[in-house]
Amino acid sequence: MADTAAGKKRDSDGPIEVRFRGGGFAPRSLRWVGVAVFVVLIAMVQWGTESGWISALTLPKPTDVLATFRELWESGLLFKHLQPSLTRLVIGAALGASTGIAIGVLIGLFSYARAGLVPLVAAIFPIPKIALLPLFVIWFGIDEGSKYALIAFGTFTPTVVATYGAVDNVDRSLIRMGQSFGLSWSSIVRKIVLPGAMPGILSGLRISLAIAIILLVAAEMLGAEYGIGAYILEAGSLYDLERLFAGVVILSLLGVLVSALIGFLEKRLLGWRI
Amino acid sequence: MAAVSSHAGLLSGSYRVGMDIKLDGISHHYGHTEVLRNISLEIPAGQIVCLVGPSGCGKSTLLRLIGGLERPGNGRVLQVGAPPADSLNPLTFVFQDFALLPWRSVKGNVSLVLEDHGIRGKRSKAIIDDVLNRTKLADFADALPKQLSGGMKQRVAIARALAVNPAVMLMDEPLSALDAQTRELLMDDLVALWTRQPFTAVYVTHNLAEAVRLGHTIVVLSRRPGRIREIISIDTPISERRAGDPVCQRKHDLLWELMREEARAADEELIDG
Ligand SMILES: Nc1ncnc2c1ncn2[C@@H]1O[C@H](COP(=O)(O)OP(=O)(O)OP(=O)(O)O)[C@@H](O)[C@H]1O
Ligand SMILES: [Mg+2]
Repeated sequence: MADTAAGKKRDSDGPIEVRFRGGGFAPRSLRWVGVAVFVVLIAMVQWGTESGWISALTLPKPTDVLATFRELWESGLLFKHLQPSLTRLVIGAALGASTGIAIGVLIGLFSYARAGLVPLVAAIFPIPKIALLPLFVIWFGIDEGSKYALIAFGTFTPTVVATYGAVDNVDRSLIRMGQSFGLSWSSIVRKIVLPGAMPGILSGLRISLAIAIILLVAAEMLGAEYGIGAYILEAGSLYDLERLFAGVVILSLLGVLVSALIGFLEKRLLGWRI
Repeated sequence: MAAVSSHAGLLSGSYRVGMDIKLDGISHHYGHTEVLRNISLEIPAGQIVCLVGPSGCGKSTLLRLIGGLERPGNGRVLQVGAPPADSLNPLTFVFQDFALLPWRSVKGNVSLVLEDHGIRGKRSKAIIDDVLNRTKLADFADALPKQLSGGMKQRVAIARALAVNPAVMLMDEPLSALDAQTRELLMDDLVALWTRQPFTAVYVTHNLAEAVRLGHTIVVLSRRPGRIREIISIDTPISERRAGDPVCQRKHDLLWELMREEARAADEELIDG
């Protein structure tokens, strides 16, 4: 808009203000925009379902979903489902992410580990881990073991890939500096390589943890009495859209929570970035 | 061991007797490119030796060889005499790009190089305070590198080098990432540091004014493969050198005469491919 105004002024011979063209490409923190998008979308669905423009078979009324959610809360059923799910998520993701980071660092540091493990990781990365669930059930039992294993395995591969990429990207001149001051190998790894790789590791975790939530639901759908996955599966088989959506909302909230957690970690750990 | 401790006794005075470095017929290749040819040179303790030469003649390579970050293809780098007993890292680099850890504060960057020697707590704090005072950074101990200007970052790097009490400082174009005014100020700082406590340094630079200002001896290298073309010494004490000083100006002009042909030849060599 501003440049058309400037363009109009051009016919007189007076000075023209230089057009600003340096904007964009610099993400700012605009938290309310995300909230606004949600509110608008939900309001539209509410309006559509109430006016009959969206049929009850297509989408449930957001207010009904909210009512179902409240019911879940008040009956205490919410925590009955949430508690085992969170346990599975935390244990599985912690196992997968920590071994993933460890193996990724090994690959980043040792040529033999890289030569031996990178092809292996590339081979298991594209396997849909859900397809292996029957195998996990045989290996780790029908109970919690197989669920932990599935989630851990699914978080492991993306974490490995992100971690060794991050280690590769650590500024070599900083490592040379450490060597030139005679720092020990372990000091260089702990004080230079790991902190330098932290940005890459954390952004890798964002993806790995989202995958962990997906796999959590998949694992619970295949055999669990309680858990959000089981709840959604049950609602789906009864075609109870309100409950189905209440379950989906819980998953989305979980995703937002995990993302916020990583955002918090990034703020705390990566404040040194420009 | 006895030699070392008697050495240490001598050090208690303000003037430090360090160790000399001797380069004995150094040659070096990268693949098929010959970078350095038969370099023999002595770097006496307590003096600043400047290395100048056209771009790509192997100055940085020579410095890495002296500092043990690379092995020479031929010849040897020798330490003559023991380093001071209290020297934690006898051969210490100051890098052109500062090489500060962005996630550590000024203080933390200095303490990084002390921690590995088991120096923590009070002793570490005393050393850090001392070197930050000497480099005029005492007020910025808790700042992160991203908050500092280029000149301050390089002072942090110099403080970090001073903290390990080096016998020889290996400085690779330490001021070339800085603007002209900051460079001027930091040169004054270096002169002041040296006058207070003479240190040994090998100082690589492109800038003849820096070489004339800081060098006791100036070694001119030829274009690649780098050989020693000329060694020029300046007798004026470095604390008494001023811009426009006739002796320094003459040396500067002499250096430029020497460098000009080499620089032009090096330039044309690149054009030829
Ligand atoms: N690690 C390396 N591998 C292969 N070639 C290298 C390596 N390091 C330097 N060289 C080559 O060796 C030659 C000398 O490099 P060096 O960096 O020592 O020159 P320099 O005198 O410091 O140059 P400048 O003044 O540009 O800093 C250059 O031609 C460079 O391309
Ligand atoms: Mg160089």
